[in-house]
Amino acid sequence: MHSAVVEGGREQKVREARCVNQHIIEIVSDSGEGAQTCGQMFADLCARNGNGIWTVEIIPAEIEPPSRSRAGASGNRIRLGSTQATNAGTYADIVIALNEQVLYSRIDAGALRPGTTVFVDQAAAENPDDEIKHRYADAIADFATKGYVVVQVPIDRQCRLYTDDPRKGKNMWVLGLLCAIYDLDEALVRENIARRFAKKGDALVRKNLDLFGDGYGWALQNVEQRFRVPAQRSAQPMVVMNGNQALALGIMAAGMEVCSMYPITPATSVSHFLAANFEQVGGFVHQAEDEIAAIGFAIGCSYAGKTAVTVTSGPGLALKTEFLGYAVMAEVPLVVIVVQRGGPSTGLPTKVEQSDLLAALYASPGDSPKIVIAPATIEECFHFMITARKLAEDFRGPVMVLSDANLATGQQPFPKPHPSESWLSAPLDQSAWDPEIPPFAWDAKTGLSRRPIPGQRGGEYVLTGLAHDEESHVAYEAAINQRAMEMRSRKLAVLQGALKPPRVHGDAEGDLLVVGWGSTLGAIEEAVDAVRADGLRVSSVHLRFLSPLEPGLREIFSRFKQVMTVEVSYSDDVDSGYMTPDARRYSQLAQLLRSHTLVDVDCWSRVPGSPLPPLMIEQQLRQRLQPAKREN
Amino acid sequence: MYGLKQEWDIEPQPRNCTLEDYQGAEARWCPGCGDHAVLSAVQRLARDKQLPPEKTVVVSGIGCSSRFPHYMKTYGFHGLHGRAFPVACGVRSRRPDLHVFMVTGDGDCCAIGTAHWIHAIRYNMDLTVLLLDNNIYGLTKNQTSPTTRIGERSNTHPKGSFLSPLNPITVTLGITNASFVAQTVDWNPPHLYETIKAAYEHKGASFVRVLQRCPHFTSHIFAEAQHDLSQVLLMNHETGITIDQPVQRLFPNKIEHDPRNLAEARSLSERDDVYPIGLFYQNPDALRYDHATSQGVGMTQSAKLAAVEKALDRFVV
Repeated sequence: MHSAVVEGGREQKVREARCVNQHIIEIVSDSGEGAQTCGQMFADLCARNGNGIWTVEIIPAEIEPPSRSRAGASGNRIRLGSTQATNAGTYADIVIALNEQVLYSRIDAGALRPGTTVFVDQAAAENPDDEIKHRYADAIADFATKGYVVVQVPIDRQCRLYTDDPRKGKNMWVLGLLCAIYDLDEALVRENIARRFAKKGDALVRKNLDLFGDGYGWALQNVEQRFRVPAQRSAQPMVVMNGNQALALGIMAAGMEVCSMYPITPATSVSHFLAANFEQVGGFVHQAEDEIAAIGFAIGCSYAGKTAVTVTSGPGLALKTEFLGYAVMAEVPLVVIVVQRGGPSTGLPTKVEQSDLLAALYASPGDSPKIVIAPATIEECFHFMITARKLAEDFRGPVMVLSDANLATGQQPFPKPHPSESWLSAPLDQSAWDPEIPPFAWDAKTGLSRRPIPGQRGGEYVLTGLAHDEESHVAYEAAINQRAMEMRSRKLAVLQGALKPPRVHGDAEGDLLVVGWGSTLGAIEEAVDAVRADGLRVSSVHLRFLSPLEPGLREIFSRFKQVMTVEVSYSDDVDSGYMTPDARRYSQLAQLLRSHTLVDVDCWSRVPGSPLPPLMIEQQLRQRLQPAKREN
Repeated sequence: MYGLKQEWDIEPQPRNCTLEDYQGAEARWCPGCGDHAVLSAVQRLARDKQLPPEKTVVVSGIGCSSRFPHYMKTYGFHGLHGRAFPVACGVRSRRPDLHVFMVTGDGDCCAIGTAHWIHAIRYNMDLTVLLLDNNIYGLTKNQTSPTTRIGERSNTHPKGSFLSPLNPITVTLGITNASFVAQTVDWNPPHLYETIKAAYEHKGASFVRVLQRCPHFTSHIFAEAQHDLSQVLLMNHETGITIDQPVQRLFPNKIEHDPRNLAEARSLSERDDVYPIGLFYQNPDALRYDHATSQGVGMTQSAKLAAVEKALDRFVV
């Protein structure tokens, strides 16, 4: 097996690549060293090969954190699969660290396990500063005691052969290393690099190819690990993007023309993409003076006929609530995207959480029924935009789309959508309006009505957030108020009537049902599958509609002995200090489901600021199933 | 009837809109409220300009003056307290064909809506903005507003307001890209009308402050000035607001002021011995944000579809 051969003038250790059906790779560096570009390119190449991928960004909280620090880790985690990868997984199999200190932040985050192979740039060992040298040596020894397989790599030294500024070259060198380890076709990668950097000139292309080639060659000569994740190229064209890009493209494909926003992490990149591309579909991004103005502008635009979208995150949602209530009361179509982050208050700006569910549902004062939907995959981020605009117009009100920081930066391939004219908003209706039809001609059964748009002669009316009758005249009479409230609420019942009960993943009955929403889909189903593989009777349901809730939940829940939610939000643990069953606060979906179904829905939730690893969920499920097992 | 164009409507006779065509619900402001005068002026202007009611939108916030849209028989948007500016800008953003008026009060504009006021003036989208300034919160019953004079008593400052009033004109003249700033009074209908007309004709955000009384809570504030016109300074210029000679003659104090002269405008706006009325400043060449926001309006469905396809293609692996 270990025969040395000379091929193309290069001596290489020939190893048979070990076949694995999934693998997790992390690349971490100081901020600004390009680990993210490298991870991105590697993931794209694997996706092109037909691998399932899920990538997440590892983002430092600061823009330029000190170098060689735990806080500074920036990079990517890439999960490769021979089939679709639905989440970031639990432990990394391979970590490439451009210095030993940033690796510690990943160890602290619980991303490594004994047996993980860590490739560490050995530059610090050659540093003239003794302290740096010692810290490096200590770390390497420490890694070994932690059970990691440590490979020291002269990344910096090798890069200096080709560039005076290795900070800008390491990413290509590491890409070479990875491509060799994962047995990617070298020619294909070279072609990709040439194409990707063509605009930046031949010199850069040449330099990048040299760096890539050196990393590739070095790995062939010096690295023993070889892996192959079998891939199957899809017959249909696939696209790879992150959730915020998918939302932005969905906005374009839905025919919306105005995105009105105020910068807020992690939502802003939706508008970045639009700012660069929206004009191609005749659209415009309005960066407002604040969150309130952002939604006000969007509502003004919607009122004038073009359903607009506003994009925000938790703190921005808090500021928008008065206008949200207005959109409900005055029945203005509007799409509100909330890319959730950690809360409360400023919370964890760059981190993953699902804690804005109840705020989205109830934050506006008064009874303000509105539609709330949540994509669970990157692909859904795209398609839900088309759905959201249509729902906003058909049901005449705001539609909130809850994404989160996990979907925002996670990348996943999905079949390229085929945009259709039916996805686009209709051209502005400027035909005459029958003056006999009031602006709120609520259908007595459904509460639905059509709205006149400025420019439609005969439809002149005054929109108001005050209680109003069908004519939109201010009306404080009890009967009118009761009826108007009823009409606005009725629309949600009508929408629920049009939905199907959610699909149960696993058997339709059993000992435990897990309910989730949003970006936890992949991790929950992976955990459920792992537990089911051992013959345990667990299934899961993943909700896309939170308001109205999907129908049939009580019936589905009744077929399971236990029902629990798994969420990235806070809940009291039963056995924590001072906790009593009366005092215990449940996580948000659990609260909603308990009140909605009157089923004793339990919850397990955590707020680590990162996606819940499937293994962690799996352990919880096994624990819950133990008593049930004993009963049998 | 999606997709039908208004141009296809057959109009057997040329349309002639009368005052009635702009009169909505009966105005329920108190008798003697200055808002009535502004409403009449706007309705007259709409008739004189023959604005199609369906192409006219009046946006307001919350407060007495913000009831304005209900009394117009056009499209209207009675919004939230302080938030008329963003809504009006949003209405304008994709609809260059509409005539957009915005009515706000001294609490709505100069207190809760201050941030939007400053930025909307800077955006300079084509809006006719009327600040109906009666120096008090009327709807919520007599609270101090930012423009309440020092020492004036109210329910929130029973011993008198602590601070000097904020001057909306000096503020607006200080905003980058301001393009039209005028002041008028509710008790001189010809000047009120001409000022609103000039504001409407200006392309950009025209800001008009109307000095007026609240008959309930601030009935005294301009009482003297009404009877003694020497307390008013009429700003005249051929490019400013022009009123008939007979009306002009009523004003003993006049000054020739070129509305292109920003420095002089600022200095006039700070006069506290008289109430300057007329056009302080106008810059017809100021950048207009609505030229940017309306880009791509009317792009065909097929062009959009092709662009979406192309954008998606960039992500194909």
